[in-house]
Amino acid sequence: MSETKYSICGMCAVRCPVTVQVEDGQPVWIEGNANDSGMGRSLCAKGAAAFAQRDDKQRPQSPLIREGERGEGKWREVSWEEAFAYITDKLGAVINEHGARSIMFSDRGGPFADLRKAFVKALGSPNYINHDCTCGRNVHHASKSVYGMGRKGFAYDYANAKHIVLFGRNITEALKIKEVKSFLKAVKNGCHVTYIDPRASVTAGKATRYWQNKPGSDYALLLGIAHVIIKKRYYDKDFVDKYVNGLKEFRSFIEPYTPQWTAEETGISAEEIEEFCRELNQDRPKVIIHPGWMLARYRDSYYASRMIHIINALMGSIEQPGGLFYPKTPKDAGRSGLKSLGALVPGVDEERADGCGTRYPQWDAGAGMLQTAYEALEKGEPYPLKAYFVHRHDPFIALPDTDEQMRILNKLELIVSVDINFSDTAWFADVILPENTFLERASILRTEKGLKPGFGRREQCIAPLNNTKAGWEIYLEIARRMGKGEYFPFNSIEDIWTYQLQDTGLSVSDFDEKGFVKLCDEAIWYDRDNLKFGTDSGKIEIINEKWEAMGVPSLVPYEAPEAPPEGSFRLLFGRNGYQAHGHHQNNPLLNDLLRENKLWINTRAAKKLGIKDGARVMVTNGNEQGTIVAKVTDLIHPEAVFMLHGFGTRVPAKKRAYKQGLADQLFMKGKLREWDKAGGGLNLAESFVTVTPV
Amino acid sequence: MSKYLIVQDVADCIGCRACEVHCKSKNHPGPDAFYCRMLKVESASEPTPKINFVYLSCFHCEKAWCIDACPTGAMRRREKDGIVYVDAKSCVGCKACITACPWTVPQWNAETGKVGKCDLCMDRIDQGLEPACVAKCVTKCLHFTTPSEATETARQAYAEQLMENRRS
Repeated sequence: MSETKYSICGMCAVRCPVTVQVEDGQPVWIEGNANDSGMGRSLCAKGAAAFAQRDDKQRPQSPLIREGERGEGKWREVSWEEAFAYITDKLGAVINEHGARSIMFSDRGGPFADLRKAFVKALGSPNYINHDCTCGRNVHHASKSVYGMGRKGFAYDYANAKHIVLFGRNITEALKIKEVKSFLKAVKNGCHVTYIDPRASVTAGKATRYWQNKPGSDYALLLGIAHVIIKKRYYDKDFVDKYVNGLKEFRSFIEPYTPQWTAEETGISAEEIEEFCRELNQDRPKVIIHPGWMLARYRDSYYASRMIHIINALMGSIEQPGGLFYPKTPKDAGRSGLKSLGALVPGVDEERADGCGTRYPQWDAGAGMLQTAYEALEKGEPYPLKAYFVHRHDPFIALPDTDEQMRILNKLELIVSVDINFSDTAWFADVILPENTFLERASILRTEKGLKPGFGRREQCIAPLNNTKAGWEIYLEIARRMGKGEYFPFNSIEDIWTYQLQDTGLSVSDFDEKGFVKLCDEAIWYDRDNLKFGTDSGKIEIINEKWEAMGVPSLVPYEAPEAPPEGSFRLLFGRNGYQAHGHHQNNPLLNDLLRENKLWINTRAAKKLGIKDGARVMVTNGNEQGTIVAKVTDLIHPEAVFMLHGFGTRVPAKKRAYKQGLADQLFMKGKLREWDKAGGGLNLAESFVTVTPV
Repeated sequence: MSKYLIVQDVADCIGCRACEVHCKSKNHPGPDAFYCRMLKVESASEPTPKINFVYLSCFHCEKAWCIDACPTGAMRRREKDGIVYVDAKSCVGCKACITACPWTVPQWNAETGKVGKCDLCMDRIDQGLEPACVAKCVTKCLHFTTPSEATETARQAYAEQLMENRRS
């Protein structure tokens, strides 16, 4: 029997809509869900490796309980019954002694997190945390301080843009299929693309202008650009008069940042900056300056992102075809949204351990902040943390300094990992609960915001191959065993979907035809004469008094980054289009594409050190050392070296990837305690390494 | 030459290598074997770097070195459309085809001890579908076409460009 199933890809965090052909219970074909015109049949290499992931035996295939020391890798295969009993016993003891607030939970956010948030709330803990301290927190908080709304409050109409400006936003490799297709449409239509990055990624090759700026100087460059735009009156006066506050203060603030000053700081000539700004003036308002996706990089990344948000406002590119737009919600289409699973669960009236909203008043409580949860865990303040659920999140490779993290997490009495792979963090856990691959599981419905908002469904395509369960089954069962079953009155995923849809006027079968439901036929644009922003004033706030009152100045002067000590280089990292987040390096098909990362080093710098292209070199920071093959190239700035992230796993069960290449995060010594003080993103591009020939 | 041709718009290619994996997922060439490859060619030219990717699979030659070299007749041509393919049952794994091919296109499958190669997903073609690499290409830079169609498309695009650039 041949069946067509609609799912949502789970190979990376982009979660593209996909179609899966199943014959007699076996998956035979996967492609993009062509019912979505922006997607078509397109599918990236990671999605293409979904069947290989399912078949891979180097993954947890049944629940595992640790036998030896943490991280030793001695596991005992157990039944689900035994695993659940083990967890609930330990969890019960922890709650009895320290209260439910001593439980923390982290995942990688996304559209299915509602269930996991409800689970944490039902247990009685305020400590749900997502991965964003190593991703978009700086962008998110910058956006909140300028527009009063989060980073997902904007989307980008690339296809119709005249100028796309990317500060390291590597659209072609940190890959979202619909985004890159829209971007390439713009390129084909002659759109200007300015790409700024100390390392030339593939995206630099698609640009009309590439600036290899000094590493860590993005904020300086933005200040220089803002200076020229204001001085030359290259901004949209009508839009700014109507919607932007603080222009007067801004004018005097940017006074010192002349093109000549900027050239000194960034290595980009004054003439080039002026020419770029002239171009922006011609191209506006169809200008997109991307405020950053993963921007946990420098100690001033929040201010760099904030400056981008401000310049977008100066361009008048808000809610503008070819510019930035608000992704519309079901409400904008006159419909109710999905009902939250948390709505049935009583609120938790406890301070967050990570201090979001209290010790760190400016940070959103919704997503939390993992590095300050670690701080709380280490000190036992404001209260002890004793149990940790880590759901398909791998802090040991996402956050810096794995050894330091191990020392801190070892204070916990219970670590439960729910994962598909043996992540480096899962390997350190007490219990691993293996989740079904996305092909084998259904998930809760998701909201799909956009010009045409709607909802999407991941249905189960095939039966699990191993002794694994869907995430919703795992969390509902633990909640039930912890005496919280009343908050989850569901026996099947259909029960959950029906509950989510109860106010929408839709039924579960409405998703059968396409895998998703759109709530309107025409794109929704707001009236540009009556825009409202989420700030207290309802305007775009160059000066945000609410944030200033929380100790975060709106505009701060530039402080040049530390120069690398003699013989050292700033360590930069990134990814390619086929292996992300360390999740794919051990996939049988994707491992074939690339086994070891290389160290990009500038030609002149390499020559000075006697390093030849293709030779092995030693990379050192403190007591951390390792060898890697050098890629000698002019495509990286002389002050920096670069490696792809996600390599060098310490998990021996991942035989293809074990110790292959180097793990960048190991070289970020001490950086678990250094973050952007305003935005909260970790400073992942602030480490220096020495490089020597072997 | 088979009657088919796969052409690539290099400008639209982002080197995501999905084509390689779509092929591997469908055709199972074995570890380290690739029926198609996306090859990176880069240089730090001014003002923007040249970072390009070139698609290479099999040319399905009209006078195929691999067929001539094969001692068992395993490497053969499909009469109706000229696709050069391997009949796995007849392949003895001598690798003569690999050395005979000027581009060493035939791939060695270490798991089966036989050679495999691109057959343009002929099972899909027979169902009126495109090869896996083309069908799911992320940016649609790969096109499954015929030599004459490809020529027409390229000429038309050139003609349009010529008229656009002409002073009126």
